[in-house]
Amino acid sequence: MFQLRWIQKARLLAVVLLLLGSAQTAAKGDEILVSAAASLTDVLKEISSGYQSKTKSTVKFNFGPSSGLARQIEEGAPADIFFSADLPQMDNLDKNGRLEPGTRKNLLSNQLVIIAPADSKLAISSPKDLLKADIKRIALAEPSSVPVGVYSSKYLTDEGLWDQVKPKVVPVQDVRATLASVESGNVEAGFVYKTDAAVSKKVKIVYEVPIDKGPRITYPAAIVKESKRKDAARDFMNYVQSPVAKEAFKKYGFVVLD
Amino acid sequence: MIFSFETWQITLFSLSVGLASTLLILPFGIALAWLFARKEWPLKSVLETIVLLPLVMPPVSTGLILLKIFGRRSPVGHWLYERGVEIVFNWKGVLIAMAVMSFPLLVRSVRTSFAEVNPRLEQIAATLGASGLRIFFVITIPLAYKGIVAGALLAFSRALGEFGATILLAGNIPGETQTLSLAIYNFVQLGKDPEAYVLLGITVALAFLFVWCSEWLLRARGNT
Repeated sequence: MFQLRWIQKARLLAVVLLLLGSAQTAAKGDEILVSAAASLTDVLKEISSGYQSKTKSTVKFNFGPSSGLARQIEEGAPADIFFSADLPQMDNLDKNGRLEPGTRKNLLSNQLVIIAPADSKLAISSPKDLLKADIKRIALAEPSSVPVGVYSSKYLTDEGLWDQVKPKVVPVQDVRATLASVESGNVEAGFVYKTDAAVSKKVKIVYEVPIDKGPRITYPAAIVKESKRKDAARDFMNYVQSPVAKEAFKKYGFVVLD
Repeated sequence: MIFSFETWQITLFSLSVGLASTLLILPFGIALAWLFARKEWPLKSVLETIVLLPLVMPPVSTGLILLKIFGRRSPVGHWLYERGVEIVFNWKGVLIAMAVMSFPLLVRSVRTSFAEVNPRLEQIAATLGASGLRIFFVITIPLAYKGIVAGALLAFSRALGEFGATILLAGNIPGETQTLSLAIYNFVQLGKDPEAYVLLGITVALAFLFVWCSEWLLRARGNT
């Protein structure tokens, strides 16, 4: 009886190994791995599928929080390109000599926007309109700790409106929570990044904070020094800066830097 | 769309690597649990505590330690790399993260079931001339097998839910190292709740099934 059980186990193991083996051998040719911030998932997948249909190369992604991705590269993980959602992570790698010199570039930026439920009749032509009586509550990520909240309150302070707007503010956990509360219609307006607003069909952008008045949010990318496929990596870095790729980034709400 | 190719691929991948990791730790877990249950040695409690650590430590810190060990810049990772074995960023990383994180649960359950086997039965077998190994396989294991299977199921469920150590060690590479947990994280990050809910449903169903079976076996234990 025991023998049978072991045979069954051995058989299962064989099936598993076969499955894993086939997954391993499937990938061939010029193949690069891009470690990218999770917020870039959709747009990079779209861009890479266009790239792969043009070239013979394969682009694989490792999506995660920028801090974790930087840590992996620090420990020698085999990534070829690092696409971060903030500068400090890139700066650290740069300082420790983990980046290929001269390949680092600030590619994208994000923009603060004011959103309302998709069926709202709200019209905002300047931030002063937030004081209007038909806006009773405004959702904002925690203005003391969460970056987007800090930026939003700073922007309103710079506009001289924070003290008047503050009583209407409902502090929530993060950008996702802001989106959810606006989607539900429980608040009349909220502050999020443009890329987040682009994700939800249940909200619409009613005002875009001018880039020079909002925070500087930068997405840098660079080739990893230890990359074994630098030519292929360079090729993809160039493609990410091509007009086709720029169009895709814009479609997803990013601001493309030149 | 609900049961797309990706959904199947992710589920099958999680199940396969989870199963492989459970089979991998099973012999070690059983051996160690038996030692814990039957033998005494100096500083035994220190080893017992170390084995339990991954259960209570933040998974991300376990992941960081694993990344430090297997990263190309560490002696171990470098040695492996020279021989063409890379753990970071592929399925082997997922396997190791799952194995380390689920090992304590296996050892704990199996140890309890060994402790419940009446040592007198083993002693009687010994007086009849059976060797230690023979006693272990003919008396101890059959009497404890429900607890062993329950422990393996629990470890398997834990492996399926692994997130923190996996994302650091193996990365979150769609089609290669992306497990159910990692895919859920990705969808939530992107605000794609419907897609996340599908995977969430699969995860809950699988976890419920395996934990339920495990509990059932534990309750049936002793009624052999």
